[in-house]
Amino acid sequence: MIEIKDLWFTYPNGVEALRNISLEIRKGEFVAIMGQNGAGKTTLIKHFNGLLKPSKGAVLVDGVNTESVSVAKLARKVGFIFQNPDNQLFCETVEDEIAFALKNFGFKEAPLKRRVTWALNLLGLMEYRKASPFMLSGGERKRVALASVLAWDPQVVVMDEPTIGQDYSQKEKLRQFIIQLNTQGKTVVVVTHDVEFVSECNPRVILMSGGRIVADGIGKDVLTDVELLTQASVVLPQVTEIFMGIKDLEFPLDVIDLYEAKELLLKRLGGK
Amino acid sequence: MSVFDGLKFRGISSPIHMLDPRIKFFYVCSIFVVAIIFFELLPLLVLFLFQIPFVILARVQKEWIRSLRGAAFLASIIFGTNILFRFIYAGYTLTASDVEYASAMTLRFIALVESFSIFFLTTSPDHLGLALEKSHIPYEFCFAFTTAVRFVPVLAEEAQTIMDAQKARGLELEKGNFLRRIRNYIPILIPLIISAIRRSLELAEAMEARAWGAIEKRTNLYTLKMKRNDYLLVLVSIAVIIVGIFVKIYVSVPTISNLLGF
Amino acid sequence: MVIVEAKDLTYTYPNAEKPALDDVSFEIQKGEFVILTGPSGCGKTSLCRCLNGLIPHFYQGELKGKIVVNGLNVVDHPIHELAMCVGLVFQNPENQLFALSVEKDVAFGLENLGIPRKEMRERVNWAMETAGIMDLAERAPHELSGGQQQRVAIASIMAMNPEILVLDEPTSFLDPVGAKKIFGVISKLNESLDVTVILIEHRLDLVARYANHVVVMDAGKIILDGEPREVLNSEKTRMLGVGIPKVTRLFQLLEEQKALHSKKVPIMAEEMGELVRGALKA
Repeated sequence: MIEIKDLWFTYPNGVEALRNISLEIRKGEFVAIMGQNGAGKTTLIKHFNGLLKPSKGAVLVDGVNTESVSVAKLARKVGFIFQNPDNQLFCETVEDEIAFALKNFGFKEAPLKRRVTWALNLLGLMEYRKASPFMLSGGERKRVALASVLAWDPQVVVMDEPTIGQDYSQKEKLRQFIIQLNTQGKTVVVVTHDVEFVSECNPRVILMSGGRIVADGIGKDVLTDVELLTQASVVLPQVTEIFMGIKDLEFPLDVIDLYEAKELLLKRLGGK
Repeated sequence: MSVFDGLKFRGISSPIHMLDPRIKFFYVCSIFVVAIIFFELLPLLVLFLFQIPFVILARVQKEWIRSLRGAAFLASIIFGTNILFRFIYAGYTLTASDVEYASAMTLRFIALVESFSIFFLTTSPDHLGLALEKSHIPYEFCFAFTTAVRFVPVLAEEAQTIMDAQKARGLELEKGNFLRRIRNYIPILIPLIISAIRRSLELAEAMEARAWGAIEKRTNLYTLKMKRNDYLLVLVSIAVIIVGIFVKIYVSVPTISNLLGF
Repeated sequence: MVIVEAKDLTYTYPNAEKPALDDVSFEIQKGEFVILTGPSGCGKTSLCRCLNGLIPHFYQGELKGKIVVNGLNVVDHPIHELAMCVGLVFQNPENQLFALSVEKDVAFGLENLGIPRKEMRERVNWAMETAGIMDLAERAPHELSGGQQQRVAIASIMAMNPEILVLDEPTSFLDPVGAKKIFGVISKLNESLDVTVILIEHRLDLVARYANHVVVMDAGKIILDGEPREVLNSEKTRMLGVGIPKVTRLFQLLEEQKALHSKKVPIMAEEMGELVRGALKA
């Protein structure tokens, strides 16, 4: 779905943000891109819908080189949800907000209405249809932003730091929602430094540091590699940390999931 | 690249950076006065060259050249219109002195840009705010000034993010006729304005938390003290004005075309 | 010694229907490290605003009941007076820095208080040293990372030498490494200077280790108030959707199965490890 070949990117001010990135994301995959602030995560995903164009190398989305098409064209395929919903909300009602992109993409009256209704239902916003987005709470505004992108049913959904500023139950809802999207066949890319969130979702993990990809694999492998994580300034998942502290007791060290940890410990500790 | 790039403060230390901003401003004014009173190329050329040691002393050559390059467009317009008017006035002929006059006007502009850029490149907005304060301008205004400068890069970044977010929702800014294009900017302006309002509320809270308005006479971490170099610059500035006025009144300035024997 | 005391505190924002704080009573002792947590919109931030008088002086609205901070009744004292004993650090580091250089920013509160220049310089340097930002003294705020900006904000509050430091989700925009540094600075202030810390935080796994008092709020009310391990282990806390440390959750799961038992509920990975080690030995 997304294919990146030898991508280098330098900002106009001379900062080299991406160095020799090669990457393939297949249809229906769920990918988390991790790394500390300034590692190049956001710069990388902005190449997925053409907001940034490579300084060197190429990015292909669904076989099309991003260099040759407009952001608007790419956006039909790649939906991009920014960290702060306030950076995009501007309409008088939630409904208009969701319809905005559909109008830009030239949807006709009837399918447009259908899609707005569909997106409102998808995120449980039906009751706020006529409300002003600015009067909603932070969590609700985030859902409006999400709905306004999912409305045109993009094949790829990219989210930049979706968990920032969210409390535990909001995160849990978000996690379930993402997994639901993914099971319905959407390609999902999440950029985050929230290691607990990632260890609960268990996606493919791409670890970035200093503009390079330093690891790419399943969560169990990447998130338990102490050396790698230290290099990328990412902390260990808590569950992993427990087992790292009792290495001498010969438990497996590649545990990130709470319930797997429970089963492992139960086996050794007995109990009923 | 714009003129403004060449006016952005560069935080390095140099004898020029250390000068009292009030004195630097006085110096800029003296250059301004002299530049205005002359219409001949030669003194303006001297004025232009006179400032180059300052640029070198302040170690801002690169930025200074950038500011001149940024001013090049305006300068060429000034040159063009002057030539054109002279040309039309003189009955569609052009003499060497006309060209010289147009060049002088252009150089006047460049000399002004030069002195302003030295001022802004070497004066931190913090010091500028302090200078404003010391000039008995109410503190609220000085605070508003420095805070505005502080938030310029923040707002610029935010505007970029909003633009990206709306482009990602299919907004095409360059689409349509003139009016349509203006309307295209609404989805960018509204979030920007709303966030600025939110931001100002948060700022107000943070100011309160730091005892804003606790007492009438607040103190300041920095102080402006005139040092030897400051007095020196005062003398230089006064000398520039005196020499300028003296030459203007008592010396008939030769034109370059005269000197070259045209 | 009680340093903060609230009694039957009820507050309603202007034009709001429901109160943001609903009959809240609690006490905080001097030198405590308090974590205030609860779902979004539960009233945590409003409670913080009461501590330095932003509520009711800045926000107006209707305040009933009593809140006394460091012996001062909040309602009777202006914000700038309270600011000298209660320092408030906000969530977004960007919006609490005003000046164009770090040291000038750290000095801002002292300037407002009219502190003489010589003393100001000493206090500014001390505060920058404490927050570990001495090397950033002359930098402009927009050149700094979020974590550095937040440390500048903490330094500027600490320069004013408050008895109580209140932080409203100071790390929610930061990455975990930046966040850890902030918590390090805060706990140092708490331990070495005996500053009372009140920290609003969702990510309990990162901060539970520093606390000796946890307050859980929901819908404007205080639900739980007590010793961290007790509060975090409570069924009520979990049902509210407060993200308790995974370590604690794991312990609960194992305890349900009677596989593990301890009087001291673990809240850190090391403690859990030791518990497992002990159980296996036995």
